[in-house]
Amino acid sequence: MSKRLIAAVAALSISGSAALAQEIKVGVVLPYTGIGAEFARQMDRGMELYLKLNADQVKPYTITLIKRDSKAPSGAEAKVAVQELLTQDKVDALAGWVYSPDAIASAPLITAGKKLAVIMNAGTAFITNLAPDFVRTSFSMWHAGYALGVASAKTLHAKTAVVAYSDFPPGKDSLDAFKAGFEANGGKVIDAIPAGGPGAVPDFTPFFQRAKDEKPDVLFVFVPAGDHAVAVAKTYGALGMRAAGIKLIGPGDITQDIKLQAMGDAAIGLITMHHYNADLDNPQNKRFVAAWRKDYGADSTPDFTAVGAYDGMAAIVHAVQATKGKMDGDAAVKSLLGWKFDSPQGPITIDPETRDIVMNEYLAEVVKGPDGKLHQKVIGQIDRVKDECKAQAIGPCAPKK
Amino acid sequence: MIAGIDVASILLGGIAAGTVLFIVSVGLSVTMGLMGFINLAHGAFAMFGGYIIVLAMNRAHFGFTVALALGFAATAALSVVLEQFLYRRLYRAGELDQVLLTIGLIFIFMAALTIVVGPQSQPLQLPPELGGQINLGFTQYRTYSVFLIVVGFFVVAGIWLAFERTRIGAQIRATVDNRRMAESLGINVDRLFTITFAFGSGMAGLGGGLGAEFLGLDPQYALKYLVYFLIAVSVGGLGSVVGVYYASLLLGALDFVLKLYLPKGGTIFIYVLTILLLLWRPQGLFGRKAT
Amino acid sequence: MSTEAVPLPPVAATPGLDQPAARVLMWRHHLRWWEALPWLAAVAFYFIFPDYLGFATALLVTILFALSLDLALGYAGIITLGHAAFFGAGAYTVGLLAFHGIWTEPITSLALAALAAAVIGFASGVVLLRTQGLTLLMLTLCTMALLQEAANMAHDYTGGFDGLPSLDIAPLFGFFEFNPLYADTQYLYTLAILLVCFIFIRTLVYSPFGQSLTGIRENPLRMHAVGAPVRRRLIICYTISGAIAGVAGGLWAQTNAYVNLSALDLDRAATVLIILILGGYGRLYGAFVGAAAYLALEHFLARIYPTAWQLGLGLLLVIVALYARNGLLGLGEVLWQRYFVRRAAT
Repeated sequence: MSKRLIAAVAALSISGSAALAQEIKVGVVLPYTGIGAEFARQMDRGMELYLKLNADQVKPYTITLIKRDSKAPSGAEAKVAVQELLTQDKVDALAGWVYSPDAIASAPLITAGKKLAVIMNAGTAFITNLAPDFVRTSFSMWHAGYALGVASAKTLHAKTAVVAYSDFPPGKDSLDAFKAGFEANGGKVIDAIPAGGPGAVPDFTPFFQRAKDEKPDVLFVFVPAGDHAVAVAKTYGALGMRAAGIKLIGPGDITQDIKLQAMGDAAIGLITMHHYNADLDNPQNKRFVAAWRKDYGADSTPDFTAVGAYDGMAAIVHAVQATKGKMDGDAAVKSLLGWKFDSPQGPITIDPETRDIVMNEYLAEVVKGPDGKLHQKVIGQIDRVKDECKAQAIGPCAPKK
Repeated sequence: MIAGIDVASILLGGIAAGTVLFIVSVGLSVTMGLMGFINLAHGAFAMFGGYIIVLAMNRAHFGFTVALALGFAATAALSVVLEQFLYRRLYRAGELDQVLLTIGLIFIFMAALTIVVGPQSQPLQLPPELGGQINLGFTQYRTYSVFLIVVGFFVVAGIWLAFERTRIGAQIRATVDNRRMAESLGINVDRLFTITFAFGSGMAGLGGGLGAEFLGLDPQYALKYLVYFLIAVSVGGLGSVVGVYYASLLLGALDFVLKLYLPKGGTIFIYVLTILLLLWRPQGLFGRKAT
Repeated sequence: MSTEAVPLPPVAATPGLDQPAARVLMWRHHLRWWEALPWLAAVAFYFIFPDYLGFATALLVTILFALSLDLALGYAGIITLGHAAFFGAGAYTVGLLAFHGIWTEPITSLALAALAAAVIGFASGVVLLRTQGLTLLMLTLCTMALLQEAANMAHDYTGGFDGLPSLDIAPLFGFFEFNPLYADTQYLYTLAILLVCFIFIRTLVYSPFGQSLTGIRENPLRMHAVGAPVRRRLIICYTISGAIAGVAGGLWAQTNAYVNLSALDLDRAATVLIILILGGYGRLYGAFVGAAAYLALEHFLARIYPTAWQLGLGLLLVIVALYARNGLLGLGEVLWQRYFVRRAAT
């Protein structure tokens, strides 16, 4: 994989210097090492695949990616990377950000640098308020959380819920979002359990045992995608909670496509709300997934982080064309306000008010397919979901005091 | 308080949590506790062994038991090489030089695994007979947890017997107590250290594989759980494998119960407990008095 | 740990100084010509590499942090893996004051950061410094972890993992703005604070107090026997060391205009420890050499090979651990002795 990456970077930079076409430099800030490294690779592939599948959209320009490791989520390393990309490499646009702290810390630089900055993953709702050049193509925790709260009450007919969440801002955001959606539609959250931190994977047994004894209709879990999610599904299965009549639900982070098969049969029946899964049935996605499997191996799969990067690259290319390669920050951002795109996740737009994504949310159930693998089956859909935190100006999403 | 939680489940859950802590730390209690080498790379050995075990199962389709044996052997073999070329030269150096060496090793392991295997985490697929729940007569419980509790007990009993009842165990004890005296009695201390180190590292590798069901396995493993290993060994007491067992059970069980009843306390319990226990017994629960 | 090997200066013709020990004591605190080099290099850097000032500012902050650790670890022999507790205390003091609009003047903020960190250093020192070795290491680590958890729980005030965004720091002397894009002010400001702190630390370690710390490090029993108040000295040293780490943390918050939980992270505490061992502890300039070597290698390797730069760093650490006693400075000294002193002798 690393060889391919180097080759791809080399190919991109060679084509950039050899061709007569105007070169557009995009600084990519991602955690290539540390706990986020796997996401960074998914997102790298998402960007590369967009450029490959849509080469004619890019013409006559060439896009060069300059990749920088944002390392640990301290904000400081990402900030140095952003500063050097802006002042040394003189990039035309910035992209990336897996961790919210890195995006939040970069905000003053983005404001001062006046270049389009596309957030491709970081999910804290209020980030886009911090700098006028931020545009987000990923999600906020409110997109899925709020929608799932509504669906739990209306579609799943749940009356009570227990929430277990990783004790950091995306977890708390998810809790707030779910609670807001669920209780506005007649449900009741009877307990909220902080279940360990985002770093080391905790033993979920005590938290889930507590939830089991409280006998809710649904257990809503938010944990960071990755090993946490696998442990959640395994613990849920091992404690026999389904037999006890408790449904496990959550945002799609807990059924991230790249982790789904590792969860085993314990994940069957798990219900999630999310804007993307690799099984979505639309032509764009079919093309995307097929190209992915061809390039990165039959066992590999894209996931929501890859799609955030794919859509982000589409946004950058749109801005390049709209500004005729000038990529002046204000003009680039303006060209994306209200921008519509037919993404593998379905139709998306950028909200002109908030510069955040508006997209469909899919209620999906994990099922076992005829191929013996786990798949996600869409059982419900909510169209054009906005980030409700900013829409309702809740807490830190309210405009600054 | 929540009504209706059965005591058996709490007890089992606590012991199971403690056993996981013990299984992944026991190797460190051998290399650091007995040999006195500040081996922060313990997690790297655990990670290496875990990768061997998981890859042997997922890619080469070995059985669980065979994979575990392979993981132990591969890690022990690797550790002998590293011991000969690196560790041995620093046995008499200051502890801070040992820290530098072993942190350097962690970085190398992390980067090497990322390059060779990739940044993604490696899922452990348990054999079906260890998945799901088991009926213990008085309660239902997670089969794998019960399995680990049994394994943990045999591991500590085995090490205790080997340590107290065999010739090599007696030699290790003698060397730990007084290296020079042991040498002058004709004990081949170099060879003894190599064997001990290989065994401790092999146990680390085994722990990496056995614990992967709970802790996961990715290139960050070596750093992510370092604190937990160190806590178990320091609270148990340097030089006491049995102490680490009891300390793990105590910490695991208390942490489990506190998390169950006071989840708002988050992750602070393990740290508070460690501070209190160490202030109460600075040498650890079963440590020797400093000389 | 061994005593510092001080190269002997030429014998002065002063009567009574024919004792080598007396000579060493007379000369060791004198300024040597090469001590001006790091500072000249830092000023030269400002003019030669204006594009790298953001990175260089982070480097200066790390040097100060490593210096504070050197005081505790290198001079007093306090082995701690929890020094980020003070760094974080300082960073959050500055961050909270600025974010909630209470106080934004940079220099006085740093003084408050030092004070907050000193209070924590004193309180934890009184409790923890009765232990040593692995126990002390674990106690300092757990104390830091507790502080981090406390900051996480108080997320309504601290912002938790997401941190305190876009801190508003007042212009230095009411005039020099902190520009996020071009870090000129941040760099020179950090350099000046580092110089002031360095002079303070240098004076301290060569004072009778500093000498008694070294005595405690080498042989606490003997220091007890000669009637030195060992624990009190250790606590004072730990408090001062904490205060300086607090200044480093405060600078970090100001120059980044941002604080989050990573200020209190084990990663940070472990990295500064590695940097100090890498450079050479107990010798002041080890902090400079270690931080420059570690961070520069990390920064530029990560630019070339973002996914696996840790390999190069790991190799450096292993090689230094194997071939150098007491870090890069120790290695340099050995080489110096071997090639120059020997050549001069023949």
